[in-house]
Formats: sequence, structure tokens, C-alpha cells
Amino acid sequence: MQPCELSSTDIVAAVRRGEVSAERVATAFLDRIARVDGSINAFLAVDREGALATAAAIDRRRRAGEPLGPLAGLPVAVKDVLCTRDLPTTCASKMLAGFRPPYDAEVVARLRRADAVILGKTNMDEFAMGGSNENSAFGAVHNPWDLDRAPGGSSGGSAAAIAADMAPAALGSDTGGSIRQPAGLCGITGLKPTYGRVSRRGLIAFASSLDQVGPMCRSAADCALVMETIAGHDPGDSTALSAPVPAYSQLLEQPLTGLRIGRVADHFGAGLEPEVARGVEEAFAVFKAAGATIHDVELPHARYGVPTYYLVAPCEAASNLARYDGAHYGHRSTVTAGGFDSPLVEMYCRSRAEGFGSEVKRRIMLGTYALSAGYYDAYYARALRVRRLIRQDYLDAFEKVDVIGGPVSATAAFRLGEKTGDPLAMYLVDLYTVATNLAGMAGISFPCGFTRGGLPIGFQLQGPALSEALLLRVADRFQHLTDWHQRRTAALPA
Amino acid sequence: MSLSPAEVAKVGLLARLALSPAELEGMARELSSIVGFVSQLGDLDVASVEPLAHPLETRNVLRADTVHDCLSTAEALQSAPRHDGECFLVPAVLGESGSA
Amino acid sequence: MPTAAAPYTTVIGLEVHVQLLTHTKLFCGCPTDFGAPPNTQVCPVCLGLPGSLPVLNRRAFELALRAGLALECRIAPFTKWDRKNYFYPDLPKGYQISQFDLPFATDGSLEVVDPRGAFPPRRVGIIRVHLEEDAGKSMHDEAAGTGDSRIDLNRAGTPLVEIVSQPDLRSPQEARAWLTELRLLLVYLGVSDCNMQEGSLRVDANVNLHVPRGDGIAKTPIVEIKNMNSFRSVERALAYEAARQWEEWQETGIEIGKAPKQTRGWDDAAGVTRAQRHKEESSDYRYFPDPDLVPVTVSDADVAAARGAMGEPPTALRRALEARWGISAYDADVIVNQGRDVVAYYETVAGMVGAGKPASNWLQQDVLRTLNDRGGTIAEFPVGPEALADLVGRVARGEFDTARGREIFAGLLTLGRPATPADVGTAVAALGITAVSDDDLVELVRDLLAANPKIVADVKGGKEQAAAGLIGQARKKNPNVNPAKVRETAIALIRGS
Repeated sequence: MQPCELSSTDIVAAVRRGEVSAERVATAFLDRIARVDGSINAFLAVDREGALATAAAIDRRRRAGEPLGPLAGLPVAVKDVLCTRDLPTTCASKMLAGFRPPYDAEVVARLRRADAVILGKTNMDEFAMGGSNENSAFGAVHNPWDLDRAPGGSSGGSAAAIAADMAPAALGSDTGGSIRQPAGLCGITGLKPTYGRVSRRGLIAFASSLDQVGPMCRSAADCALVMETIAGHDPGDSTALSAPVPAYSQLLEQPLTGLRIGRVADHFGAGLEPEVARGVEEAFAVFKAAGATIHDVELPHARYGVPTYYLVAPCEAASNLARYDGAHYGHRSTVTAGGFDSPLVEMYCRSRAEGFGSEVKRRIMLGTYALSAGYYDAYYARALRVRRLIRQDYLDAFEKVDVIGGPVSATAAFRLGEKTGDPLAMYLVDLYTVATNLAGMAGISFPCGFTRGGLPIGFQLQGPALSEALLLRVADRFQHLTDWHQRRTAALPA
Repeated sequence: MSLSPAEVAKVGLLARLALSPAELEGMARELSSIVGFVSQLGDLDVASVEPLAHPLETRNVLRADTVHDCLSTAEALQSAPRHDGECFLVPAVLGESGSA
Repeated sequence: MPTAAAPYTTVIGLEVHVQLLTHTKLFCGCPTDFGAPPNTQVCPVCLGLPGSLPVLNRRAFELALRAGLALECRIAPFTKWDRKNYFYPDLPKGYQISQFDLPFATDGSLEVVDPRGAFPPRRVGIIRVHLEEDAGKSMHDEAAGTGDSRIDLNRAGTPLVEIVSQPDLRSPQEARAWLTELRLLLVYLGVSDCNMQEGSLRVDANVNLHVPRGDGIAKTPIVEIKNMNSFRSVERALAYEAARQWEEWQETGIEIGKAPKQTRGWDDAAGVTRAQRHKEESSDYRYFPDPDLVPVTVSDADVAAARGAMGEPPTALRRALEARWGISAYDADVIVNQGRDVVAYYETVAGMVGAGKPASNWLQQDVLRTLNDRGGTIAEFPVGPEALADLVGRVARGEFDTARGREIFAGLLTLGRPATPADVGTAVAALGITAVSDDDLVELVRDLLAANPKIVADVKGGKEQAAAGLIGQARKKNPNVNPAKVRETAIALIRGS
């Protein structure tokens, strides 16, 4: 048995039955990381010692007949945007290099209570701002399908880790597509839960009204398993929903007959790469053959999604990132050359200039400008009004269909360096995903084919608020009818 | 929609980001481009639409007034770039407070 | 009011911050105790650590609501939280969670009345009351000479209510009195302990002058005054500032709007206000709704519940005491100003004695004066209301006079334990005070009349007050006589004869 080839579901079952030790499983993945991550750069920190200790403890308890958590022995990679008490938490930024928070994020605490084994922290676009994982202060992540290409972002490290079999499960975060788009470009499955479904406590904030933590795995079934542990109310997060959490993994086996899937004609405009369009249409055909019906729906304000997002998110981010000022934690500049109103102002300005990368600075500047006196109504307030229109489009569409299907990205994985010269070009990679966050809906992406060049093509399903169970089971059904999600890259050693 | 380097410098101070003259030029170009892009929202008539600050309809999330465990001083200061064992140390704050 | 000496009207508005009497901070469960060692009452939330999230304190909102109702405000049915963004080391998140355009209370008022009529009753409008979190403390140690400031975040996140008044006050004296009334109100309601020394009440003032002139009224630029550490400082600072603005007006004639709003700090030792450094972008706080919090709705039922839990505010209590016990507005004011416990004490005494005025006299002249000298609270006072009522009742019934009563009172204070009515009885007996019988009194007075023919003649001639001259002699003969009865008996006997 090769643990690195097992699904999360199978690993958990095997450990519970005593067929394999947690230690053996953890070792297999840690060894895999050591062997291949040099060419991927998916991990910023690997906790070999901690992971093996946790695994060994689980094995001891299992042998002693003690009860084990629902994810016992499951190795998980955690995006470095989530606070971990015993590992540095950097958000891939020089600003937080070496930072150790004195607490775990709520989802991390839940994983630990469930006896998951945390392998380490994954690379990402700095402070979750980016669509290619090229904005990391610690080097870009390489797409396991083609090492010269980007894995997508901002959860590029988590996506690559799964695609390269370095972890069977990972946590990512999604603010405008940062789980779904890299999942699409890496040929894996990623779920963005409804806003509020998963606690944001300990998730380092980018845009507070858009951020959500979600699972990234090889399959929807695996995502369902992880969701059962991480979802649910948290009194420490005022925006967390108190709706009960369904047993997602028990709700997967349901046929698709009667399912109404929406298709948005506008999605198939000139910007969509023909190979991607074909992969997506083939997926629709699979669904149709399985008993679903496809209906045309409109999301008339969809084209305003990206500009709306690039106002709402940077405004919230500018405020959220004000705390990184070198005063109480994080990077503080030691340059005291003067040229500012006071030594204090100099400390702030230099620390932040040295600590933040260029994309982060751009968004902070944009957000500060858009919220500043005289501009609030024209920009931020206006964007919030358009946000309501975007949401209404979805509410209207979901009266006619159960889910909306379509592309998750206009292209397959693009080359590293291809879009870094033009911020706007990079922003457009979020074209198909930003509206889900703005509208408060849920979304999942999974592979639906490959380009002739062997790059994964992703398919996205969007559903109404709290439709995770539906999205997971529809994706799971697709993964019973196809095997795209089981393909492995040939670009890495076995 | 064009931002001048001078305007960008003002925003930079508000945002406490040091920008060299070259960076100011570059940032002015980039911001102008982005602001131009997001300004297409001006095409829409939203006069009768309420802002949606939040996708949630939740209201009234409150907690009981009970004391929890605090961090120790050592934990609170553990990541401080400079501290004296009791307090965070920063360059002198001159007289008046930051808020008007 | 403009006078010949000061031909202008001083216009004052006040901005008051009070710390709420909760156990924990506004958005986290850290305690808010005063005087704790630095950075011992902090957690990831109030430290603004990455990933931390705020959760609103229910009790803080309840107390804030109480304050809004007590100030007769309109309570907003929907209220929300906004971020006020600025950089300062005592503000770890780089923003303060406050309320901007939808504060929970608006359009109220609080009246201040001076029972001695030093100024006419002044009803001061309240523009708004809102909730916000406090910042931490920065301390600069000049002596250490390091050029560093030390930051203590214990206070960061403490719940504050900000009360902004209309510029309705017209003199420094009024301002002080109004603040005193506000403080009393908030202490009565259990909203805050309003202790300026501990920083649980802070005041900033806005002041300018209205100068009448031929074509109407000229207004000087508004100046904000900060750093006043007591109500007395507030009064002194405002008086100084008004005079300073008058000088400046006469010199420069600069009117409001023609110069930027100034901030000046009060230097209590020097007795002057000084201009503070002007901060350029001080007003661009880039307010926007805090996406980590959800709005709060307040129903009519919530308001009714808050009112029910409030208790009687001082103004209502004053009027009640006047009506119930027939005491003057001045007396009611003194009693109420001492707090609920003293009011309760007073009402117990008045109820048992059956007369409000004597109870009030004794409370003010004896109990309160002693309390003032010794310190301590009414709850700890060695003479309880029942004992005092017994004493006051005896004096009122004429068993002995007030002077005797005071001796007994003094004796009760030395018992070394709380006095009871039984103790009063014991003290009376110990002093050998026995009531003088009517017959004995008549006999005694007859003797005195015989010895004081001039007084008898005066009284017969219409000067009844002359009878009072017998009192001293009567007491020498028998210290237990009631002076009033001596006088009455003398007059009756003289008339009768």
C-alpha cells in the first residue's frame, strides 16, 4: 500500500481499522515532501518532528483502545494564512517572517481535536492577494503538472501539495477564488463554503466580508470528510453561522435526476480558452447524461464582479493590514535616516515598505484611496450597491436552477511570469470566482478534463447559501462517472 | 481617472507606506490604471440600491460579560520587536494622542 | 450673558467619555480593573494579533442603552459598528471600533438646576451617545532619556460611552455643574463610576465666544480644550480660555471659519491653555462599517426592559423627596447628591420619625458632616438609620433639646460598634436626662417670671420674643428643659395672668 496514493477517506478508514499506522502514513507524506517539494516550493514550513509525534500518540491511543477523532491519522497541510501555535505563521510575507502566534486558529484546533496530523504550512500569495502564488516573499510555487507554470492562487501551495501527493488533505482560504481557481489549475477539488459556515477566528484577515476557509483534496468525498470537522458555529466569530452542520460524507450517495444546472451564456465569451470551453461543455454533457437538466440563466451584473471585488476587498484589506506597523509584532525597520514627520512615522512607513510586497502595497494604497475623504461614496459605497445587484442576480437564478455550472478559470495554468507585469491582467484570473464571495454563495471546483498539453481543466459549481451538501454530492457523483480527479502528474518522480 | 504622484504621496502617508520618488511614479501609473478599471461601476444606476456591506443577515451577536484567561505578559510581548519585559517600546510618541 | 466687563457670551459644548462598569472589555473577555501591572489584561483580540476577531459584550450594550435612556435620547432601532482608521501605538489594530453615522442614541438632553439659583436652569441638548472601545496607554519617560515610549495595552478595548452635548452651556460654572449632574446620573444608574482620577471619566470641551455687535453676532473660532483632569480644572480652563479668546478677538478680530479649528491643552499647574501641534490628516479616518461585527437591533421590549432595570434617576428622586417629605429643593438636592445609599438612609429616618425636615437637618449637619470628616460610606457609618431616627424623634417630641441630642450623638459615635435604638436609650439614661413634667416646667417658669419682671413687662407690651431671654436661665436650673416649651409656657403664663 502506498499511503501517498490513498484518499483521505481511505487513510482514515485504514488507520481506524489498524491496517496502517498513523506513523507510517505521516512518514510516507513527509518523505514525499522531502523528495519533491524542492521543485514545487509548496511548503513554507514542515513539522516533521511534530507530525511524527502526533502520529505516534494516535497509534498509542489506538492500541490502548481509546476513542479516536474522526480524522485520526489524516495528514493535513495548512495554508500559512491560518494561525498555528507551534509553527511560524507568515502569510508568505516578510512582514511576518518567523512570527509565532500564541494560539491556534479555530479550524486548526478542530483538526487537532479530530486527531488530524498537521504536516506543515503551505505557501501562498502574500496575505492571500494574488491568483498565481507568485506574490510570495518566499518564492513562487510551481504547478506539479508543469513546473514552468503557476498553480494558481492564493492557495497555490495547498493546491500543489495535493496535486503532487504531498498531502491527502489541505486547508485553503478563498476571498475571490483563492481555493477554487488553484484547485482548477492543479486538477484537484476545492470547496469555498458559504460565508460564515466555517469560523474565521485565527484566519489572518484579507477581506473580512469575503474570506472563508475551505478544504482542498483530491475528491469531493475527501472534502466532505474534512468539512464535517471544520464547519460549524464558533462563539468567538461574530460572523459565524449557527446553522447545524450536516454529516456531509453521509449525504454523498444520491443520483442526479431532477438536478437543475444553470449555464450562463456570458461565461463562454471570447476570453474563454477554447480547450477550457470544450472541457466545461463535456462536463455539462456528463451531467445531462446522468439525469440533470441544463438551463440557461443570466447573471446580468457578472461583468461588474471583478471591479466590484477590486474595490471591496482592497478597502477592507487596507484596514485589516494596518495592524502590521512594526509596533507590537512583525517586522520593524531599523533604518532611522529621517525624512519623515517623526521617528514614529518613520518606523511605520519604513517597516511597512520593507515588510510588504508590491501587490500588497498596491492594494493597500487602492483601498486607502477609495476610503479616503471625498471618495467613499464614489468607490466603496458604490461597490457595495453593485454587490447587492450581483447578489440579487444569484437569488433570482437560484429560483430557476439548483446550481450554476461553468468554468472556474478562463485558461488552464499559465506560465510563471506571464501575468506578473500587469496587475489588471492578474486580477482578471478571478473573473469566474469573485461573484460567489461577493454574493455570499458557495462554490466548488473539480477537474473535468485536460488540455492537449496535459494541463488540468477545472469545472465550477456555484450554489446558494448553505448548499455545501448539494455541491459536494453533485461533484462526488461526477467523480463516480469520470476519473479526471484520479489522474496524476508525470512531471514529478513517483 | 488619473492620480498624480502628489496625490499618491498623500495616500502613502495615510497608509504609512514609504515610497521613493520612482515608486511614487510607478504607483501613480498603476493606481490610475486600476482606478480607471473600477470606475466602470459608474456606468450603473444604483441610486435606489442599498449598499450590501455584508452577505449575512445576522443581527445581535453578543456575549456574556465573563472574564476569560488572559495571555501572560511574556506571551503578549513574545513577538514584540522591542520591549522591556513589561511594555512594548516604540519611538517616542510626542505629547498628544493620535485621535482628534 | 454679555456684561459691561465681559461683553460676550461664552458658548460651551462638552464631549464626555465614560468607562462602563462591566467586568470585561467591549470585544473580548479581558478584565478592565484599574491599576493592574502593564500588559497583564490582554489577549489576542485586544492586542490586535493577526486573525483575532471581536465579539460584542452584552452587558456593555445594556449599560450604554441605560445611559442613552437616562439622557432622554432617541434610541436607534438599528445600530452598527464602524472602523475609525488611524495609526498610533496605543491602537494595536490600526483602527478603533466605534460608531460613526448610526450611533445607538441621539437627540437627548440633561438639565442642570442650581438650587441656590447661581444660574438659571440650563437644559443641555445631547447630540449623540455612542459606544466605542478605548485605546491603550503610552507613557513617555523623559528621565530615562531613551527616546522611547512605553505602551501598555491593558486599557485597549475597554468599553466607553461617548456623550456629545450641544453647545448649550453658557458659563464655566454651568459646565462644571452640568458635569457634576451628569456624573451623578451615571453613577446612580450604575453605568460608570465616573472617577476622573482613574480615567473612567474624561472631558474635552469646545468653546468659543459670541460677541454682539451692530450687525448681529460675531463668533470666534471654536477651540477644543483637552487635558482637564477634574471638574474644577474644567471650570478654570474654560474661564481662562474665554478670557484668552476675548483678548485675541480684540486684537485680531478673526471670526469662526476664517481659521482652522484649534486644539489646546490645559496646563493645570500654570493655569493656561496651550496650542497643540496641528496634525494634517487628523480628520481622515476613512470610516466604514466593520465587517467583523454584525449590527444590533433594539426593540421596544429591549427599551422597556432597560428602563425597568434603571432605577429612579436623580432628578426624579429629588422631586420625590420634596413631595414625600416636605423638604426644600435645596435639601433634596444635597441628599440626592450623596447617592442612593444616603437617600435610602434618609428615607428610613424620615419615615420612622414621621417628619422630613428634622431628619434632613440631622442628616446634613450631623451625619454627613461626620462622614465627611471621617471618610467611609454611609453603609459603614456607626449610627444606623434606626438609631438616628430614635434620637431625632425624641428631640422632636421635646424630650430634650438639639444640643443635648448632639451630645448623645457624639457618644454613639464612640461606641466602637454600630449604634442601635437601645443604645440611644442607654445614652439618655446615662446622661441623666429625664423628661421634665409639665407641672415641673410650669413651676420652674413661674419662678423665672417672678425673677424677671422686665421680661414679663416686655411680653405684655407685645414683644413676645423677649420670652426667649428666659431660656438660658431655665436651662441652668434644669438642663433637661425643652427651650421651645419654656418659651411657650412663659408666654402662656404671662398672657393668662
